[in-house]
Amino acid sequence: MSIDKCFHCGDDCARTKIHHDDKLFCCNGCKTVFEIFSENDLTCYYDFEQNPGATPIDIDGKYDYLDKPEIVEKLIDFQEDSTEIVSLHIPHIHCSSCIWILENLHKLNQHVVSSQVDFPKKKVSITYKTEEFSLKSLVELMSRIGYEPYISLENYNQTTKSTDRSLIYKIGVAGFAFGNVMFLSFPEYFEVSEYWLEQYKPVFRWLMFFFSLPVVFYAGRDYFKSAVKGLRSKILNIDIPIALGISVLFVRSTVDIIFNLGSGFFDSLTGLVFFLLLGKIVQQKTYKSMSFERDYKSYFPIAVTKINPSEPLGTSGAVGKEENIQVYEIERGDKLLIRNQELLPVDGILMSASAEIDYSFVTGEAKLVKKVSGDKVYAGGKQRGSAIEIIAEKSVEQSYLTQLWSNDVFQKDYNPKFQSLIDKISKKFTIAVLTIAFSGLLFWLFYDTGLALNVFTAVLIIACPCAIALATPFAMGNLLRIFGKNGFYLKNTNVLEQMADLDVFVFDKTGTLTTNKKSDISYSGLTLSEEDKMVLKNTFRNSNHPLSRELYSFLSSQNIQDSESFEEHLGEGIISTYNDHTYKLGSAKFVSNVVEDPGLSTAVHISKDETYLGKFEFDTIYRKGVESLFESLDSQYKLIILSGDNEGEKPVLTKMLPKTTQMFFNQKPDSKMRLIEKIQSENKNVVMVGDGLNDAGALKQADIGIAISENVNVFSPACDAIMDASEFHKLDRYVDISKKGIKIIKLSFLFSFLYNSVGLYFALTGQLQPVIAAILMPLSSITIVIFTTLATRNISKPILNE
Amino acid sequence: MNVIYGLLAISILVALIFFGLFIFSVKKGQFDDDYTPSVRMLFDDELVKDKDEKKKENSNNQQKQS
Repeated sequence: MSIDKCFHCGDDCARTKIHHDDKLFCCNGCKTVFEIFSENDLTCYYDFEQNPGATPIDIDGKYDYLDKPEIVEKLIDFQEDSTEIVSLHIPHIHCSSCIWILENLHKLNQHVVSSQVDFPKKKVSITYKTEEFSLKSLVELMSRIGYEPYISLENYNQTTKSTDRSLIYKIGVAGFAFGNVMFLSFPEYFEVSEYWLEQYKPVFRWLMFFFSLPVVFYAGRDYFKSAVKGLRSKILNIDIPIALGISVLFVRSTVDIIFNLGSGFFDSLTGLVFFLLLGKIVQQKTYKSMSFERDYKSYFPIAVTKINPSEPLGTSGAVGKEENIQVYEIERGDKLLIRNQELLPVDGILMSASAEIDYSFVTGEAKLVKKVSGDKVYAGGKQRGSAIEIIAEKSVEQSYLTQLWSNDVFQKDYNPKFQSLIDKISKKFTIAVLTIAFSGLLFWLFYDTGLALNVFTAVLIIACPCAIALATPFAMGNLLRIFGKNGFYLKNTNVLEQMADLDVFVFDKTGTLTTNKKSDISYSGLTLSEEDKMVLKNTFRNSNHPLSRELYSFLSSQNIQDSESFEEHLGEGIISTYNDHTYKLGSAKFVSNVVEDPGLSTAVHISKDETYLGKFEFDTIYRKGVESLFESLDSQYKLIILSGDNEGEKPVLTKMLPKTTQMFFNQKPDSKMRLIEKIQSENKNVVMVGDGLNDAGALKQADIGIAISENVNVFSPACDAIMDASEFHKLDRYVDISKKGIKIIKLSFLFSFLYNSVGLYFALTGQLQPVIAAILMPLSSITIVIFTTLATRNISKPILNE
Repeated sequence: MNVIYGLLAISILVALIFFGLFIFSVKKGQFDDDYTPSVRMLFDDELVKDKDEKKKENSNNQQKQS
């Protein structure tokens, strides 16, 4: 641990250093959390992981709406007498310390009865007594220790979905039956003709029959359903030969034991279903803490503060009464109060003198947008700075941004164009199997009628495509896990298959190609003296403006001395006095009364005693590896850049990127979507890479939508895949690996065909013994599983983090 | 050799008991979260003393000192 790291949150203590109890803290917030923990004897928190905490954020008034019982009622899971249970999503949950502290909440507050963390879902379920406690106090308690829950409109009216556990039950049933049937059929494998074995054969066989009943009619039910569905829509899917195999296995085995013809294939039958279900569970791997289906509801607050018009009491200074209302209740003309860090839920008109709005959720642009009284402000922005008042212009659903979600694209569930590899192959496969089975039947009808039915069923049994059905889930499921470990989270295996077949790459610019974190700062103008630098650094230290924070860490001066006077003009700049010199920092207009040309980059200007000194310029920074990524994609794909911004960055982009890259500027959310639709109509597969909510339509419309996110646990619009921003430069390698993954699946198909031909030899010659089927089936399945696992691990080497 | 019926019945009964336990545990949600319990079981040793005990201890210490 470096000495300059905060003991609580692990941040660099560059700005301020607070020493407390021999430990170093970056801010008072972190220190306070430590004090709370140490007072309650909970410092074990720091033993499990180093610097596990998060800086608590000021939440003053933010959760006032939790005072309203009708809102609380919609959020909690259970309520009886004086006990309530609530399940909260906490984005910060990331390590064992988090689990420990959250499950020891009852030590911090006696009203909390118990709490249980679900780590994969990043949720904590808390039971508490409501006599002297409430949801609001609970949320505030958690925010105070740095575990602020994330409550959004999505939680409102949320129906608690019962988790689907049917697959686990089915696997349990199939596994149970498989094991028992194996035991019971063991004596038959060796064909020992001992007296007592012969005598008990029927008992053993009937027991096997009863064990396989739930396997066929419960565990394997989905295969029959899917096969019928496929036949109805005239698609020969892979479940048809599987369902055929299962039913033939069952009928033939039952007939065998009724007429005492043999021991039947119950072992193969139960094993087959068990392995197939295993494949399903491997494929079903989902990232529980992530949601790929988000709409604006996950971003929007549940309630806002409405300022009721003051009663005409005759007194002139009557102040409007503040009230928390649910966002759906906002009507046109309502006056709303938006505090620091709160989100604008509706389009409206600004009433306060000025506002600085952060639209980074919407556009990916981190720079604040300045608005003055009378300007129109759009929903989705976050106010930074002091509280503002707006007059609502529209209701939530009718706002500019939210209207995007009423588009048809968001009603569509899947891509009808897409046909998975297994669907393509299963058609040929089914036809081939049926042809072989019937020709075998015909041949033996003339040759040896007694064997004809035996051969026919044997072919259907041995050709049951267990190994083929397992190849995709295991290869793709394994790749999905490897991708996820590296920070590229795909919604399901279909996305991976689609990634191998792309034509056009579309990128959003702001927030996708550029980072929204670091900017390149350069200074131009007169040389600054040491004293100037010192004053500037101290001035920036006092300001909470994001640009000030960046400039503070940019300036190297170390002397910390408070300036004599400090005055922050919101949205304009700062005036600071030191040693009788007046410094002005801020916009060009504020500093030297010159109207800035609506330039390409953001700048902070400085003047000293009305003499212009110079400016700090913030240049947009492109993500690491953008150039090489475009270069390597250029040879195979068509590249397009869609930007909502003006053409300011065009010269830089043309210089940096391949000449064939097409660029479109000034694109609105729905025009981005239309453009993708247009490319798709040319029969091209399009991948859209974006980040903000304004890309949501395009992400959904594209064949694959990849959302780039700096923090994968918090924000990302609806998409097919979420990619950690640090992995962006490896996008070409991921695409390459998915292509190789498809090759691996094709190879495993080849393997299973080989096994099938061996089996078919036995089947067609009428020699198929149950024991051969019982060996071939698991053997082929296990080979496929091992092969795909090893091969996928091998091909994914290029993306592994060193 | 009729004992084999008894043995079969017992073995199947035992298997069914375990199967029933499995169903019960799935129903209780034990398979929903496969990570947290593995971490939670390591915490038991670190459990801190209750506040009351701590106070007692403190008062004891103070008594000793005085």
